Amino acid sequence: MSEQEVKNLEQMFQARIDNDEKIEPKDWMPEKYRKTHIRQISQHAHSEVVGMLPEGNWITRAPSLRRKVALLAKIQDEGGHGLYLYSAAETLGISRDELIAQLHSGEAKYSSIFNYPAVTWADMGTIGWLVDGAAIMNQVALMGTSYGPYSRAMVRICKEESFHQRQGYEILLTLCNGTPEQKAMAQDSINRWWWPSLMMFGPRDADSPNTEQSVKWKLKRKTNDELRQAFVDQTVPQANILGLTIPDPKLKWNEERKHYDFGEIDWEEFWQVVKGHGPCNKQRLSDRINAHEKGQWVRDAAMAYAEKQANKEEKQAI
Amino acid sequence: MNNNLIQYILGIADNSLILGQRLGELCGHGPSIETDIALTNISLDLLGQTRSYFQYVAQLQGGDANEDTVAFLRLEREYKNVLLVEQPNTDFGYSIARQFLYDVYHLALLEELQDSKDEQLAAIATKSIKEVLYHVRFSSDWIRRLGDGTEESHNRIQTAINDLWIFTDELFHQTDADKVMVAEGIGVDVAMLKENYYKKVTAILEEATLQIPEVEYFQKGGKQGIHSEHMGYILTEMQYMQRTYPNMTW
Repeated sequence: MSEQEVKNLEQMFQARIDNDEKIEPKDWMPEKYRKTHIRQISQHAHSEVVGMLPEGNWITRAPSLRRKVALLAKIQDEGGHGLYLYSAAETLGISRDELIAQLHSGEAKYSSIFNYPAVTWADMGTIGWLVDGAAIMNQVALMGTSYGPYSRAMVRICKEESFHQRQGYEILLTLCNGTPEQKAMAQDSINRWWWPSLMMFGPRDADSPNTEQSVKWKLKRKTNDELRQAFVDQTVPQANILGLTIPDPKLKWNEERKHYDFGEIDWEEFWQVVKGHGPCNKQRLSDRINAHEKGQWVRDAAMAYAEKQANKEEKQAI
Repeated sequence: MNNNLIQYILGIADNSLILGQRLGELCGHGPSIETDIALTNISLDLLGQTRSYFQYVAQLQGGDANEDTVAFLRLEREYKNVLLVEQPNTDFGYSIARQFLYDVYHLALLEELQDSKDEQLAAIATKSIKEVLYHVRFSSDWIRRLGDGTEESHNRIQTAINDLWIFTDELFHQTDADKVMVAEGIGVDVAMLKENYYKKVTAILEEATLQIPEVEYFQKGGKQGIHSEHMGYILTEMQYMQRTYPNMTW
């Protein structure tokens, strides 16, 4: 294809996006569009799967049977979200195995939030409320993204995530209506998760070089800073209902802007975690790699068995 | 308060609780996302069943009892689960072998329990049976895949079956409370299920090209509350919150 032809295709492609048409797997797309989407969708899938670990570590210790069952159901949903998203990424011509290899080699990232430890039961509430809440903020925006399979996955996932968020909030509400010890547990949890949750929206717009392109492709409908602001505006009143304090002395309603002003994120910590040096990065990755390596013989067995069965059927057919 | 009935229900429900707890440990650590979801799903079913049984027990106990006091506040000697379900997740082969050996029994038990004279037990059995049918299918399929898969998987699942076989006979033991309940038409005479159990298990193991273990002695004790040393650790973890923060709502 000549340069001019590619340029024409790109223009037609962009015109479809501008016209709010969905791009489907068999459609022509710029190589950069394909790569960016593989990166983002797989990162999203990896986040679901790695995200099973901090909550999974509380299943055996959940304080009541009802909570234990709800937590199990939630984590199961997350595994399911991981599967949807891997399927969506595979429509772009890459296999799940390759994507998982990228995660294990460190080439692909997952959400930095899951590198923080879930140290108390209250964290199960806070993760639902803040972490899933921040994820929903991002994902609702993605429901309108231009790539059809990703957009459809988001619609399905958002429904379940909203339920998880309510469930998390309800855990905190129970703690806040409980004993002083329980309330203190909830407050401590917010203190630890508030800033990492704000970091989930990514770097400041000024430090986010891909934003412009992503907005053009509708992969981003709002910038990182806009989403972060919307999250703070939505969350502060919910904290007030709980009677919990947000650990930010600069947090204040700004009547002129009609938004909350808030303090500066510790960007040094953000980059430290993103670059693999957060409190749990090594543990999370080694847990995933371990599960994969220890499971090799099981996957091999399933393949060998399937082949034997297929051979048997073939023979019978003859 | 019908103590025999309570003891009888605990003898069934504690199996679901402890096995559900064991499966819960595996979350996020399985060989594939699909198996992870499936095992979590089985755990969820078993714990759901546990809740139904324990709510019934709490109702029989009366007073301040509720499903959580039954689940979290008993001492090790008071748990009536069989030794099989408390065995560790040594590898995927052990988790599957344990599941399979329990599921086949569980299904047979529930099929009979559906006819219990106790309406509530019959109702729980009817509801649970749909779930357990799925469990049997899942674990039997994996027995076949691992047994008739690669040489390594064959050896691993054979080892797991060999090691866990010694806990199967206990499934058919009856406590004094069990016997009273059987006499009253409430409990299932599990001794009657034994022959069919070994027949079914043997058929699937043979299909999976596996050997049927021959053992001289079986292990027992769980039903009398005399557990393996694993049990203390399971309970320490499971009860930690309720013991540390007593009398709170979660």
